[in-house]
Order: sequence, then C-alpha cells, then structure tokens
Amino acid sequence: MAEPLLSRVPRSALAAGIVALIATGLAVLAALAGSVLPDRTGPPVESLVVERTVLSAPGTIELVVRNAGPDPVTVAQVSVNDAFVAVTGGEQPIGRLASETLRLDYPWENGLPYTVSLLTSTGAVIEHAIPMAAATPAATSASLLQVALLGVMIGVVPVLLGMTTLPLLRRAGPTASRVLMALTVGLLAFLAVDAGIEGLEVGAAGAAAFGGSMLFVLGAALAFLLLAGTQRLIPDTTRAGRVALLVAIGIGVHNLGEGLAVGSALAVGELALGTSLVVGFALHNTTEGMAVVAPLTALPPVPAQPDRTVRPGRLLLLAIVAGGPAVVGTVLGATLTTESHATFLLGLGVGAIVQVIVLLVPQLRRPEGGLDLPVAAGLGAGVVLMYVTGLLVAA
Amino acid sequence: MTPGLEEPIPPETELHDDTSPFNGTLGDNFDGNLDGSLDGDADGHVDGQGTRRGPTSRRAVLAGAAGAAGAAGLGALLLRSAIGDAPVSAFATSGAAHPAGHAAVSGAGRALDPGGAGTATPVPDARMLSPATGHGAGVNGATFRTGQVVDHRANGFDPTAVLRDFDWGTTSRLSDGRTLREWDVVAGEREIEVAPGLRFPAWTFNARVPGPTLRCREGDRLRVRFVNASPHQHTMHFHGIHPAEMDGVPMVGRGTIAPGEEFVYEFDAEPFGLHLYHCHVGPLAEHISRGMYGTFIIDPAQGRPRADEMVMVQHGWNTTFDGQGNQLYAVNGIPFHYMHEPIRVKRGELVRIHLVNILEYDPINSFHVHGNFFDYYPTGTRLEPSEYTDTIVQGQGQRGICEMRFPHVGRYMFHAHKTEFADLGWMGFFEVVD
Repeated sequence: MAEPLLSRVPRSALAAGIVALIATGLAVLAALAGSVLPDRTGPPVESLVVERTVLSAPGTIELVVRNAGPDPVTVAQVSVNDAFVAVTGGEQPIGRLASETLRLDYPWENGLPYTVSLLTSTGAVIEHAIPMAAATPAATSASLLQVALLGVMIGVVPVLLGMTTLPLLRRAGPTASRVLMALTVGLLAFLAVDAGIEGLEVGAAGAAAFGGSMLFVLGAALAFLLLAGTQRLIPDTTRAGRVALLVAIGIGVHNLGEGLAVGSALAVGELALGTSLVVGFALHNTTEGMAVVAPLTALPPVPAQPDRTVRPGRLLLLAIVAGGPAVVGTVLGATLTTESHATFLLGLGVGAIVQVIVLLVPQLRRPEGGLDLPVAAGLGAGVVLMYVTGLLVAA
Repeated sequence: MTPGLEEPIPPETELHDDTSPFNGTLGDNFDGNLDGSLDGDADGHVDGQGTRRGPTSRRAVLAGAAGAAGAAGLGALLLRSAIGDAPVSAFATSGAAHPAGHAAVSGAGRALDPGGAGTATPVPDARMLSPATGHGAGVNGATFRTGQVVDHRANGFDPTAVLRDFDWGTTSRLSDGRTLREWDVVAGEREIEVAPGLRFPAWTFNARVPGPTLRCREGDRLRVRFVNASPHQHTMHFHGIHPAEMDGVPMVGRGTIAPGEEFVYEFDAEPFGLHLYHCHVGPLAEHISRGMYGTFIIDPAQGRPRADEMVMVQHGWNTTFDGQGNQLYAVNGIPFHYMHEPIRVKRGELVRIHLVNILEYDPINSFHVHGNFFDYYPTGTRLEPSEYTDTIVQGQGQRGICEMRFPHVGRYMFHAHKTEFADLGWMGFFEVVD
C-alpha cells in the first residue's frame, strides 16, 4: 500500500526525507539521553599524549601534548625527575583532540634519562619518559640537507643498485622468472609484516588521540583501495611496465614510512649515524631494487619491445618512485612528524605493498595452475633475505 | 646558644594564663581563628565558585592593563590583587607597580585577607617576578609555574598566618583552682588549591590544613568538643597521656564519631612537650593524608623563654590517591609558600620552631636550616636540648622543638634535606632583618 506511494516519490526527495528522518531521530536521542541517563559518577578521564619532544640547549624541554581523552585537561604544574619546574604553555584547559606546547625550563644533560610528570588540575599525574636526552637537531636548511642526503643514501641509491641486476635477471628462463617474482613477493611480504608490527606499536604508543592502531588500519585500507582503484589509470604501454611501476609505488610508500622512522630516531638522538647504518640500509634496500625490476623480466616479450630493453630514463624514474619517498620521510621525521602521522604513513605503506602482492601472486602460478617448489623456495628466500639484511640495521 | 631560663616568660603565656579571676569569659582568649573556621566550614562546599578568579579573568585584567597602560587606577587594581599572596619584592621590577604602591604593599604583605576585588592573583608573566624572590627556575631551583601562587582566600587559610597562629582556646576556672581550657573543633571537607591550579578534596579540622594549633599549659584540664560536620566518620586522637576512652580510636570508648554527631574529649594536659593530634579512623593513612592532623602544644608549667614562636607541620599531598608517595610536599599546607613569602625574623632574636612531621607514605622527613645551627629538643619533653645541629630527621609522628638565633641578616633557606621533597615543594626562606 505504501510501496506504490514511495516508489512514485522522486529518488532525491526520498533521500532527503530519509536523511531528515535520521537527523531528527538523532536530535531527539541527543536531547533525551542527557535527561534520562545518569551523569558519570567517576572523576574526569584525563588523558594526554606527548606527540613530540624537543630538547634544546640551553636547558629547555618542549613537549607537544594532545588531549586523547573525553574531558578537557589542565596541566597545573610539571615536574621533571621529581623536581617542579617553571613551565609556560597549557595554562588553559586543553580540549578534546586539541594540542598544546609546554615549554619546561630544566637543565637537562645529554645522554641522561628523564621522567616528565604532568600534574593536572585534579591531581592526576601523566608521565612521559625521555629515555635518553639528546639535543633535537635544529631544522636549519643545512641540517635538513644533511638529513635529505641520508635519505638519498639509504633510499634512492640502494634501489638503483638493486636495479643493476636487471641484465642478469633477463637471462633467466621462465621458471627462474617465476622464482624471481616469488622472491619479490617474499621481500614485500616481509616488509608488510615488519611495517605492520611497527605501525601497530607506534600507534598504540603515541597516537591514541586519533585512534591509535586503528589509524594504521585506516592508512592500510585507504592505500590498498586507492591503488586497486587507480592502477588501470597508470599510463603504460606494457603490462610489465605497469606492474614494475606499481611495485615501485608500493615500495615507495613503504620507504616513506621507513624514512620517517629513521628521521624521528635521528631527531631524538636514538640513531647512531655512520657507515654501518648506511651500509645496512643499502643492503636491505638493494633487494627492493631487485623487486622493482623483476616484473620487467618475468613477463613474456611484448611486440613493442622485441629486444626486451628498458630505457635508462625509465629505470631512474622507477628508482625515484621507489626510493625518493625515503628522502621525504627522513626530512619529515626529523622535523614535524608525530606518532599519529607515522602510524598513518606506515599503514599507507603496508596497504600499498599488500595491493602489489595481490597483483603479483597470480604470476607465480605455473601455466597449468598451482604453486611449485621453486616458487615456494623463492618466497622463503625473499623473506629470509629481508630478515638477514634487516638485522644489519638497528633502527 | 642555649637560652637561659632567666629570660622573661613570653607575654603570650602570661596573657593567656587564666589564673586571673577576670578570665573565663567566653571568647576572652579567642584569636578569631575558631570563629572564622566554623563559618568557613559551614559554607565550605560552595566556596571558591564566585570568589576565586580563574586564569581567564586574570588574562582579562592583564589585557586591560595593556590597553590602558599608564593609568594609575589600574596600577592600583593590579597591586590590590597582588596583596596577600605575592611577596613584597615580587612587584619591585614590575612596570605596573610603582614605588608608592610597593611601599603600600609592604605594610600589608602578611595580611591574610586584604579584602578588595581579588586576592592571590597569579601573574602568568615571568618578567613580573623579581629574582629577589629567590624562587628561581632552571638551575635556580624547583618552582611552580613562574609567578603563580594559590588563592589563600578561597582556601580559607594562609600558611603565613598558620605559622604563628596558636589557638589557646577558651579558659575558665575549675573549683579546684585548675584551668579548664575548651575548644570547638569541626571536621569538614573542602577543596583546597594545594598547588596553583590544582584542587585537592581535603578532609579538615576547622577548615584548614594543618588543623588549628591547640596550645595549653601543663596541668590544664582540656575539653575538646569535636563536631563531625563531614560525611565521613572521624575521631580526634591526641598524643599525650589520657584515659583509654579519650584516645579517639575506633571501638574504644565512644569510638568513631558519625557524621552529624559530636563528642567531647576531656583529659589533663600532660606531659608538657610538642605533640600532635590526628584522625584515627580507617583507612588510617587516607584519613591522615587527606589533611586531618594538627599540632598540640603543652607548655611546661614554668613556661619557655620568650621567643618568636612558630609551628611547622611537615606533610605531603598524595593527589593521585595511589598511596605510593606524594606528589607535593609542604610545611603548613602549601608547597613553596615560604619561598614566595619568606618568614621574617629579627636578627639576634630567639626563634622557636615547633617542628612536627605527619608525612604519610614516606618513611622519613627532615629539616635543615641554612647559615645557622639550632638546639633540638626532641618531642619538647625536656628543657635541655639533645643536640646542636643544622639538620634533623623525623619519622611520621615525630616532632621536636628547634631554637636558634640568626646572627646575620639576609635570606636563609630551610628545607627537607631529603632534597627530593624539597624539589617537590618542601622549601622556604627565612628573611632575617634588623
């Protein structure tokens, strides 16, 4: 009876009506809930997350705090290692999700641990540990250039080096090609799991205001869907080239997160710069270069490229796509990034890699279907290779 | 250094002695504290709403100051709001405080309640605080947010006043010729700003922490009417010699005093010395750490040498209620208070400190004075000092009398030589003047 009536209503009007109904329902609910339900019986829930710590000489500690709880928080007083300190900032209540910079006047010493206790207006204590004090590098153009150079050394150069395996890879037969692809998938799978663990950890530790680990899941889902929805738009004449570019993009987004981790570790003085770090990352990321060029060999020859040659310009582009984000990441990590950013970016990287894995897995199958031992060995080798080279990097 | 007994009996003891037939009139010996406290307790739960000026209005005042720079009336307003809390020298370098105003503040610097629009207005501007206050930051030592102090008026008590506030009670004469000394003590609950911007739900005797310093003379008959105007059960447990039913512990005699009920603790004042009282209801640690303690002084019959007398009750505030230590340490209620308002004493004059430790959750406390040594009388029960020292350690419930004279003028720190406590609020200054 109502059905014919509703079916005659224009669709836009129907949508507007339903939206209005829901909005009215919510408004009534909001009005009623306040008067019907009892007030909270407990004290205010106070939660502050320290998103960034900046130690600057002489004797200043800056904390960027964000309210991750439901109630406003007022930082009444602050003590460092059980001594009250002069502090500016945060005199007013900090609202939900709002952030504030607290500037503490404290003569900290290089290399020592500190515990900062934020005493709120209700007497609650929110503690923040500084495991090892080190001067935060000032973001001058010269120092940023150095950080960027580090990004090039651990991101772009190793990927380029890995790409030089292309001539060798091209000589491989069909089975060897599949093994190489399997190796690539193994490498990517390791990266995805590794970054996944880190992303969840970082999210749980410092990104509570914006959902913590869920921020990681959000980033992963968005990156996966974005690549899945747009990969057909990538302009390329060959399927092999497109796959290689997608692998490069996936690795690139991953390297953005990796660069962030390196940059922020650098900023808090946790990272010992030097030859071992650079060489470790280089070995680790050289394998990523192999992964990028592997698709170029694994596919059957296409008519447009009978000699299966690839122009150097294309290789350079792929290297920049895959390794360049490491440069951006290290600079961001050393300057502005918070744990929330890092969590989200790590999520993006994992989502992108998973999408690339989904893309590559069909190519591991034998022509008659199914996986075989060499492919399984290749997958395992990829994981082990990443694990072993990862051990070289203590970051 | 040991004060000779030939020195004159302090006028306080003379004045409040009740051998005179004229004594015994109600209110004769009141110092006003009790009245005020009772009033304060009655409306204790709604205090601070209207009178306490928040940071917003503070900013508004400062913004107004910027807009109308140079207006003399405004300068006066700022000054008036500073009286009572800010140290005299705090505004010496301030552009808003002109010399005339400075002089005016000097006279009223100790006033508990100067009246006027507002008191205890913290000034959120580091430049407003003179280095002469000695309350530094960074390498200059621990401090709250620079320039901030608590609102003593809203709190209902000021540690500067508490320091020399001895409550001698109301006296009358018994038929046997002895002195009957009576007090009303009311248990209540009130929020206290224990650090600038931090309010603590305290349990109090007479609406202050520490509770009133009850002072009497050896041999007096004491009658303490205890009224429980709080929602929790409490008692008053006195240290001293008394019958079991007057001990103020649960299940003995009257036991706990329920909300709305009252009880009269009556016993003889013995032995002379420096004692204390506190609530003894369980959980004991919480009832004490919430603020239910005070000093109980029994003077020896012959009195003590005349001196500038003061009470220092060492305690802490466990604002997280975790029972794992304290977030704030203090003497007489408010951490760092005597850094902002140094204790003024005269050069060469005998200073007598009634030092009590009621600190909960930490095993020991200590007292150290700079640039001087003192005679120490443990528990004040002997007239001969046990030690000549500059540092003394007390466990919870321990107390002793420190007597000293400052030979030089200037500022001398005193603080817990458990320096962690000092950095968390238990420090202050003597200001020795001629």
